[in-house]
Amino acid sequence: MNATATTRTAMRALTMRLDDEILAIEAESVREILEVVPITRVPNAPEAVFGLINVRGSVVPLCDFRVLFKMDRRDPTEDTRIVVVDVQLNGERLVAGLLADKVHEVVDLDDSAREPVPRVGMRWPPDFIRGINRHNDAFVIIPNVETIFATLAAA
Amino acid sequence: MTMTDANETFRTEAAELLETLQAGLMELKQRPADLGLVDSVFRALHTIKGSGAMFGYTAAATFVHEFETVFDGVRKGRTPASPALIRIALGACDHIHALIQSPDASTAGGEPILAALRQAVGDGADEPVDAAVEPSASHSASGWKVRFRLPSDSLVLGTNPVLLLEELSAFGSCDVRALLGGVPELGALDPEASYLGWEVTLRADVPRESIEDVFMFLSMPSEDLVIAPLDAAGQDTTGSLDDGDDENIDSVGNAVPSKPRGAATGAGRSDGGNGASPARSFRIDKAGTSLRVPADRLDSLMDRVGELVIAQARLSQLASTSTDQNLKSVAEDMERLSASLRDTTMGIRMVPIGSLFGRFRRLVHDLSHDLGKEIDFVTHGEETELDKTMIEQLADPLVHLIRNAADHGLERPDVRLANGKSPTGTLRLSAVYAGAEVAISIADDGAGLDAERIRAKAAEAGLIAADQPITEPELFQLVFHPGFSTAREVTALSGRGVGMDVVKKTIEGLRGSIEIASTRGQATTVTLRLPLTLAIIDGLLVRVGDGRYTIPLAAVEECVELPPEADIASKGRSFLNVRGALVPFLRLRDLFGTDVPADLHPKVVIVSSGETRVGLVVDQIIGNNQTVIKQLSTLHAGLKNFSGATILGDGSVALILDVLNLVGSGQDSDESARSIGRAA
Repeated sequence: MNATATTRTAMRALTMRLDDEILAIEAESVREILEVVPITRVPNAPEAVFGLINVRGSVVPLCDFRVLFKMDRRDPTEDTRIVVVDVQLNGERLVAGLLADKVHEVVDLDDSAREPVPRVGMRWPPDFIRGINRHNDAFVIIPNVETIFATLAAA
Repeated sequence: MTMTDANETFRTEAAELLETLQAGLMELKQRPADLGLVDSVFRALHTIKGSGAMFGYTAAATFVHEFETVFDGVRKGRTPASPALIRIALGACDHIHALIQSPDASTAGGEPILAALRQAVGDGADEPVDAAVEPSASHSASGWKVRFRLPSDSLVLGTNPVLLLEELSAFGSCDVRALLGGVPELGALDPEASYLGWEVTLRADVPRESIEDVFMFLSMPSEDLVIAPLDAAGQDTTGSLDDGDDENIDSVGNAVPSKPRGAATGAGRSDGGNGASPARSFRIDKAGTSLRVPADRLDSLMDRVGELVIAQARLSQLASTSTDQNLKSVAEDMERLSASLRDTTMGIRMVPIGSLFGRFRRLVHDLSHDLGKEIDFVTHGEETELDKTMIEQLADPLVHLIRNAADHGLERPDVRLANGKSPTGTLRLSAVYAGAEVAISIADDGAGLDAERIRAKAAEAGLIAADQPITEPELFQLVFHPGFSTAREVTALSGRGVGMDVVKKTIEGLRGSIEIASTRGQATTVTLRLPLTLAIIDGLLVRVGDGRYTIPLAAVEECVELPPEADIASKGRSFLNVRGALVPFLRLRDLFGTDVPADLHPKVVIVSSGETRVGLVVDQIIGNNQTVIKQLSTLHAGLKNFSGATILGDGSVALILDVLNLVGSGQDSDESARSIGRAA
């Protein structure tokens, strides 16, 4: 991911739906996709990292990006999936689950179709977004997972 | 095993030996007359030399050899182990360490140390005697008489006596005589056992150590290896030795089974026999009772055990809902086995904290010298055991606290005298078990903390308002704030204000806590409280609302019903009367913001940390469970009420309550309750 990824001509990414937005997570950092498992709520934790799940014997924090992108939270449906990502945070490995309303497919996002994040007219913090890609006549948002986790960890 | 592995092994072993050496030297400082200690110092030196030479650390081996030669005066009782001598010897340890860590580096530092050592030894001894005795101590102009008998299983273990004899004959001309006294009747003879002894008359001018080195890798009792100088030089001492020698040969030759007699003669006869025997037994000890295992293998063993415990919990859950008696009995067996496997594995990881304390002895010695303060260092509870990861991580914080105590806590001797104290300050390091925790405290009888100065400094730094009411313990906690230091002058050791915050962070990272108690002008005690283990604990599973939580069982004192009269929630009166004692309690439902309807009969789990107790009100007590502690990710690092999470038998996750923090907030509500009481 990071700087080198943006200089490549295309980024392989997993697309997922959150409300009516399409998000793209770099495929390299995705470890697995799970159906919804029992979630343990963590009292007094930030809303965005509200729970813990058991991923094959390890305890993994579960994030809901809906909170960060100012969307209403909603109960899981049969399409809901948990995307388990594996990223580097301050030199340490962090495995976390992301709630997705639906997981679509793995696509190649062309760098030339990348557009910078508009500073105005967004309901999301601009730091949390790496870019917006045009793909099949739709806009795909590429969240900056590392920055988001770093912000949550500092909270 | 590759060469790098071997080198690595040697370096680890050498580091441990150096630690033994240092510990021995420090002990020697206190009991200079204890020849047993001198011997232990020698053993460590000798082993470093031997294996150092074998692995090609020639510079180190040469230096140790010189060191050994000079130090021989102490062993012979000619030179007392003066503090000055010990200090130089400690310097020599550092030099050996440097030589082993970077064998290619310059060896120039060694000569001044040796010169200083020689001088220190020379000062204590009569010069002429020194000159005359020194050569005969380790050299003999005419040669040696070496008598040895291999342990009976040595052939099976691959020792080839012919090679030993060849090695001896490489020193010079040899007469070899076999001692046949130990050979049994043919019928009783085990063809694989070794019954023979040898007596070698070696006419060569070699140091005793070279001969000892030939037998280095054999573990033999001292009576089975006797090295005596030949009498040809005509010196008085060796002349008398020779008579005894013949007799002794006879005794070994004719009556080998009567070992005690041989032992008595062997030990009483010569220095060499004496010096050799502890060295041998030391090696037997190492080979027979301990095993060197890379730490990461222990870690992965612990991980596997953790997984097993979780799998076993699932099995038990299944069995409990099944009617199959066979399955139930297998599940019970598994439960028992996994619990004992867990205990054994954790036992392997436990290390006595004394291994750390030894290092600090040296530190305090150096500090005492550098700061010009007399410090009496007292340690207690070396045998207290902690998880090895914890021990490793504790070293730095403790070093820091000890430095602080020595530098800022203890006053200079003249100041102490002026204040009517003994000029020698006392630094006390102790470790004790306290429930589920180990309490490690560093106490000094120095000037104590200056509460007014801390307050002024904290106000200056903007940490508190100048007139803010604040209790003394709270004030002392400010010392751990980054950048906080009340030291008037910055010394090379401390006073920069970095460190105390790191100490606190490290201790909290280990799920521990740190507190300071201080009496102005008299004493300061810093106490670290640490959980016994970081891996698996026994837990008490409880339910609060729809969430399940684990409480470390060792912290649980008792479980009671919440009496209805105490249940009437009234702010400022959350106390429980437990057999006459008032115990503050916390409603976990409120703390965790649960909206599920409460149970009719809430229970209270009374937990303790150190001296203080607090009750935790829960909806239901589910029961015991083995809790494999999983650390929370950085995303949840800000949560104070939980120390980790665990996986239950049904695969779901339960949070582990951090008793230390809960007791802390229980205390806070206690405080606020009292202040409300005062205000009203």
